[in-house]
Amino acid sequence: MLASGLAFAAAGGEGLENADINVHDKASLQRGAAMYVNYCLGCHSMQYLRYNRLVEDLDLSEEQVQQFLLSGSQEVSDPMLSAMDADEAEEWFGIAPPDLTLTARSRGPDWIYSYLKSFYLTEDGWNNTVMPNASMPHVLWELQGIQRPITESHTNEEGVERVEIVDLELDEAGTLSPEEYSDHVRDLVAFMEYAAEPAVLKREKMGIWVLLFLVIFTGLAWLLYQEYWKDVKK
Amino acid sequence: MAKPASNLSKNVQAVGAWVDERLPVSKTWREHLTEYYAPKNFNLWYYFGSLAIVVLVIQLVTGIWLTMFYTPHADMAFGSVEFIMRDVEWGWLIRYMHSTGASFFFILVYLHMFRALLYGSYRKPRELIWILGVLILLVMMAEAFMGYVLPWGQMSYWGAQVIISLFGAIPEVGDVLVEWIRGDYMISNATLNRFFALHVVAMPLALLALVVLHLVALHEVGSNNPDGVEIKKHKDEKGRPLDGIPFHPYYTVKDLFGVGVFLILFAFVLFYAPEMGGLFLEPDNFVPADPLVTPEHIVPVWYFTPYYAMLRAVPDKFLGVMVMGAAIFVLFFLPWLDRSKVRSIRYKGLPSKIMLALFVVGFIRLGMLALGDGTPIQTLESRIWTAYYFAFFVLLPFVTKFEKTKPEPDRVTK
Repeated sequence: MLASGLAFAAAGGEGLENADINVHDKASLQRGAAMYVNYCLGCHSMQYLRYNRLVEDLDLSEEQVQQFLLSGSQEVSDPMLSAMDADEAEEWFGIAPPDLTLTARSRGPDWIYSYLKSFYLTEDGWNNTVMPNASMPHVLWELQGIQRPITESHTNEEGVERVEIVDLELDEAGTLSPEEYSDHVRDLVAFMEYAAEPAVLKREKMGIWVLLFLVIFTGLAWLLYQEYWKDVKK
Repeated sequence: MAKPASNLSKNVQAVGAWVDERLPVSKTWREHLTEYYAPKNFNLWYYFGSLAIVVLVIQLVTGIWLTMFYTPHADMAFGSVEFIMRDVEWGWLIRYMHSTGASFFFILVYLHMFRALLYGSYRKPRELIWILGVLILLVMMAEAFMGYVLPWGQMSYWGAQVIISLFGAIPEVGDVLVEWIRGDYMISNATLNRFFALHVVAMPLALLALVVLHLVALHEVGSNNPDGVEIKKHKDEKGRPLDGIPFHPYYTVKDLFGVGVFLILFAFVLFYAPEMGGLFLEPDNFVPADPLVTPEHIVPVWYFTPYYAMLRAVPDKFLGVMVMGAAIFVLFFLPWLDRSKVRSIRYKGLPSKIMLALFVVGFIRLGMLALGDGTPIQTLESRIWTAYYFAFFVLLPFVTKFEKTKPEPDRVTK
């Protein structure tokens, strides 16, 4: 079984898969938030996002947030911080896992979506075609299953042989089908897009009313202008 | 019933007269609005000046509110911007107005300058208006550059690093100068704090003063128009230009309509594309400044890109900096380089029209090339357009002097 439309761009935006998220889909954001807390928050903080913001924006009750998202002694007014110690993390992974509050804005949703679908396993451990040699293991492997690389070797004009990964193949199925896995990742990316800019919900909703007001205002201004200019234009 | 009202209006008039004897309020109102005669044939290009003032006001007002919540410290600046975006009531709106406003300010000013090129608005007796305008552009560039450093993201930091290091290319004093600007051996909290001071106090003051002078100079000689003919040559018995109309109410209502159209575009970007695909807010600037990690591509914000392309087009760093500086400096001489018998492009010859069209194409292409990877073919094209940018000014005196022009009309058309 082939994972569809894989991205092999080492850098830049070319070749990324379209995440096709809808940040206004509250259910998708809720599922994404749960996924983030379950799979990502262990290592990656979202220091600029507070739990109680989720009550406000994601149609969740305070009890739901407390029950499903909070852990340990955390309060609803706390920012979403990882419990992991930064120094220890650096020792384990070689680099402290970065804060992900703004990653959807710095990398873009398509990048995250493609990244989370592009892990593969070799005898050297986990690797990723979107960000080769990243130190992050495939946290979602139980969901997606295990992908293996399909390689092709090319010899260039100078006679140097280069092995290139042309596609990834699902070797061991996970608990989700590839379509379900894509949907799950999409929810997660939607949540990260929201987390990067919570104001997006209000911004895109009120924008249309502001524009409508301005169109009416401009129409009236045009009539006023025509009225005054009658005697100039004759 | 009528009596108290007339008493009231009498009192208001009395207060008005009292003030007028001490402060020229009515006189200023008349001289600059109701009895300032502007040519009646202004077209689309004449909206951009008043719109630039609208954006200036937007920047000042939103800037004041941002200053209330922003923290100018290397450890807190990035977080305080996110605080504004998330926790301050309407903070995101204020911040986007400011960031979108910065880009629109440059769009408007570039269009406003192009209008001057089209209709010869820099020609005698309007040389000082043009020179003050170029100074405004210079101050705006400094203001925008320093403002971009304040969010303290990766692009803030590394953009500042690149731009400030340009001064290091100056022989002898370069290194000392760079250190003096940064206030440290590297871009640091000291740099951030002085840029904050300059961005919120010094530069806005200079900008406001220059804008006032720009307008005073304009109102002294009167506005040019698309035909480039002097409306003051034909006056009625009361001394009013026959082709002129009072700025207020005619151009105030017309500009009000212009403001409406502009705000629609402005609001559209603000609400639906505040990052403008990474041009107005660059993706890398959502990563906190890190002196140890250099971003893959360091590209200045779009409004600096034409000049940045010129810098990159020259192989030698010092020469590149000189070319970049000269590209702005040469603008000051424009009023004396154009020697045409006519002001407006409408009556200039074909060579002038082709030269100006190529100038615009070149400027835009340079801006686009600066965003590219700098492949050999892109570098070659940058060099060609850079050479043409200067060739335009060198050729201008000769082309405008010797080309055949059409006769100017006596009065404005339409």
